[in-house]
Amino acid sequence: MKTIRSRLILIGILVVLSIAALVPRGQKIRVPDPATGRMRDTTITRVPIKYGLDLVGGTHLALEVDQSKGPVADPAEAIRRAERVVRTRIDEFGTTEPVVQIVGGNRLIVQLPEEKDPARAKSIVQRTAFLEFRITDMRNLFRDALPAIDRVLRVAGVGGNAAPAAGGVAQLFGNDTTTAGADTAGAAAPFSTLLFQGSIPGEFLVPEEQVAQVDSLLQRPDVQREMPRGIDLLWGAQIESRGARPYRALYALENRPIITGEHLTKATAGRSPTTNQSEVQFSLSRRGGRIFADATGRHVNDYMAIILDGRVQGQPPVIRSQIRGNGVIELGARPLEEANDLALVLRAGALPAPLTIVEERTIGPSLGRDSITSGIRAALLGVALVVLVMLVYYRLSGVLAVGALVFYVLFTLAGLAAFGFTLTLPGLAGFVLSIGIAVDGNVLIFERIREELQHGKTVRLAVDEGFEHALPAIVDSNVSTALTALILYLVGTGPVQGFAITLLIGIAASMITAIFVSKTFYLIWLQRRPGLTELSI
Amino acid sequence: MIRFFANASYDFIRLRYWAYGLTAAFVVPGLLLLAVRGLNYSIEFTGGTMIQVRTTEAVGSSRLRAALDAGGVRGAEIQTFGSDRDYLIRARVAGTGTDTEGEAATQAAREAVTRGLDADLGAGNYTIMRTEAVSPKVGRELQGKAFLAILLSFGVTLIYLAYRFEWRFGLAAVLATAHDILATIAFMSFLHIEISLTVVAAVLTVIGYSLNDTIIIFDRVRENLRKFRRRDLHNILNLSINQTLPRSVLTHGTTMGAVLALAILAGEVIRPFALVMLFGIFTGTFSSIYVASPVLMLIEQRWPGADARGTRAFDARPAAEPAR
Repeated sequence: MKTIRSRLILIGILVVLSIAALVPRGQKIRVPDPATGRMRDTTITRVPIKYGLDLVGGTHLALEVDQSKGPVADPAEAIRRAERVVRTRIDEFGTTEPVVQIVGGNRLIVQLPEEKDPARAKSIVQRTAFLEFRITDMRNLFRDALPAIDRVLRVAGVGGNAAPAAGGVAQLFGNDTTTAGADTAGAAAPFSTLLFQGSIPGEFLVPEEQVAQVDSLLQRPDVQREMPRGIDLLWGAQIESRGARPYRALYALENRPIITGEHLTKATAGRSPTTNQSEVQFSLSRRGGRIFADATGRHVNDYMAIILDGRVQGQPPVIRSQIRGNGVIELGARPLEEANDLALVLRAGALPAPLTIVEERTIGPSLGRDSITSGIRAALLGVALVVLVMLVYYRLSGVLAVGALVFYVLFTLAGLAAFGFTLTLPGLAGFVLSIGIAVDGNVLIFERIREELQHGKTVRLAVDEGFEHALPAIVDSNVSTALTALILYLVGTGPVQGFAITLLIGIAASMITAIFVSKTFYLIWLQRRPGLTELSI
Repeated sequence: MIRFFANASYDFIRLRYWAYGLTAAFVVPGLLLLAVRGLNYSIEFTGGTMIQVRTTEAVGSSRLRAALDAGGVRGAEIQTFGSDRDYLIRARVAGTGTDTEGEAATQAAREAVTRGLDADLGAGNYTIMRTEAVSPKVGRELQGKAFLAILLSFGVTLIYLAYRFEWRFGLAAVLATAHDILATIAFMSFLHIEISLTVVAAVLTVIGYSLNDTIIIFDRVRENLRKFRRRDLHNILNLSINQTLPRSVLTHGTTMGAVLALAILAGEVIRPFALVMLFGIFTGTFSSIYVASPVLMLIEQRWPGADARGTRAFDARPAAEPAR
């Protein structure tokens, strides 16, 4: 009795964990906004199983540094620069959940689910990076133009969104009364209520959910006409959290860069020897040094934004004094990783890494859909067949085996979800195959029990010995299959890995169900019918 | 109670020469055909471009070829893919100059295909379902990886067998697995199945699966050797095969049924994989009975163990089971 109870508790725990892993949950993803075409965050509720590109459709690109026009000194560093650049462009792809990662040290993988236009994706990836330094709007030209912008929008009948709660404003910038955001009259100031003054001149913060709205307002020709001359607006690259809300920085910048990436020769991150704080040291070419010295001489105490591909990277540092050939950007108490990232940005803009596409796979969405339906249909038929055979051949014991199979399916799916593995079309095939393996465990046990019964053992003894004697064979045979699956996972790529992983999880789940879950069912059955002299097997 | 092959006592081992003949009659012509025709590598391994198109109406591959010729793609392979509206177009770039030229050719092929199809069929009359463009460099790399994976599987399973069984068993199991790989290659050669990454995955799984089956029988052999001290190996092998026969038939029957469902229903993309698996399960079962077991006997005759039957205690580890 006690063993049955503890077995049931353990099974109960596994089931609860599995269901918890599979319960549809809210996940934050970035999706293209149909109205503006920009990316925005949204929360959707779904079963947390990831589908591979071959099932949802999409584009997979593998890129390497192009060495055809001369060797590149350090391809591994070049691919890191390229990865950094592609990351800043991630929103441009306009697809949900793009994957950008380096594999094997020298190859960049870009996966774009549901991407329909691989040519456009390729051009985004391969475009040369552009780095520039610009001075922020020190004279507050943009801020002074805000009333005029509000006026044209009011005239055009664009009402401001409900103004953010006054509490939020106060919390953000308690003592800054000059901000446009402090004006809570939303209808009177449809545009400026969306902005909060940042901590340096020319910096504004926009709540993340209103970024799209700000963007579309800025696109309007009537607003464009009110923009001060010589000033551009550019978004920050990162989302910043102030309090509980995510904000994105909007920078008003002089439209002319003081220097561009081509003049940069070196950038390294490190810690300042005197203060031990993170910093980035950079060097400029001789000509670049002259240009920079001239510009920084005129802009001492101004803020200088570092812009990669039209996105402001980090918070603009202040220019303390004239900088000639060598400069230092101090990051204060920020972690060293940020300095490393900024140095990478500078190098990425200085030394563009030309990329060549070495592998491209595009799966149309309709093919993906076809694959899902036909794959699932085949899997269901396979399962139905297995169930039928077990029921006909093993009768009541077959019912127990089928019951165990239900647990097997649950555990396998939960394993996929819990570890964040991706389900691919070969993965579905692996699932079908591992159902065969799951059944094999039960078959081995049942056949053994039948043999023991034949030898004239009592039902109870036959069941015990059947399980015990079948165990080494089950373990041995599963281990050999698991080993090859493991190698496939380690050596394989993409869909093949999907196959290997479902096979591996399937094998693990099938061992648990065959050895543990069906045994428990048997124990319950035998306990309820102690006088059982004939087993339905 | 339904029971297949209950208390069967077929003399499998006696029929081994027939089995050798049968397998030779299959494998040898298959490998000869392979030598003549070569392996049908997918563009993943050779480098090149593969495009799957669906046309709004059946256009026929000759018209498609004309369209491609007009677009400047020569020597492309065209085949129907499941229906007469689905076509696979393959343009390989193997052996064309340097890697970078190969890459350029790979990219150019895709554009040329769309150009040719646009001109002949009209832009709205076809859909590109899937494209794959792999540079020869990546192709070579994938070839190397596939080869490495097969070698590794062999090595790792060998180590596992050496740990779990005595070396005679391990050698017999590995030879049986090698047979399965040869037979599977012969099978792919007969059907001219394209060797893609997923097919290699299927071959690897066949390795694991075939070994699995051999292990089940060898587990029984080991057990019976301990149990029946007076019987000879021939007898024990037959006994063990017969005892595991119901399990073999049931498991492989259902698994093959499930894989057959995949082959029939899961679509063209997965079909080669399913076919290779299907055959692999079959040959795995066959080889456990007709290759692994007789080979074990041959090994025992050639290098007899300490035991009077020409076998010694096969278990590397002392008896885990109580003697009965």
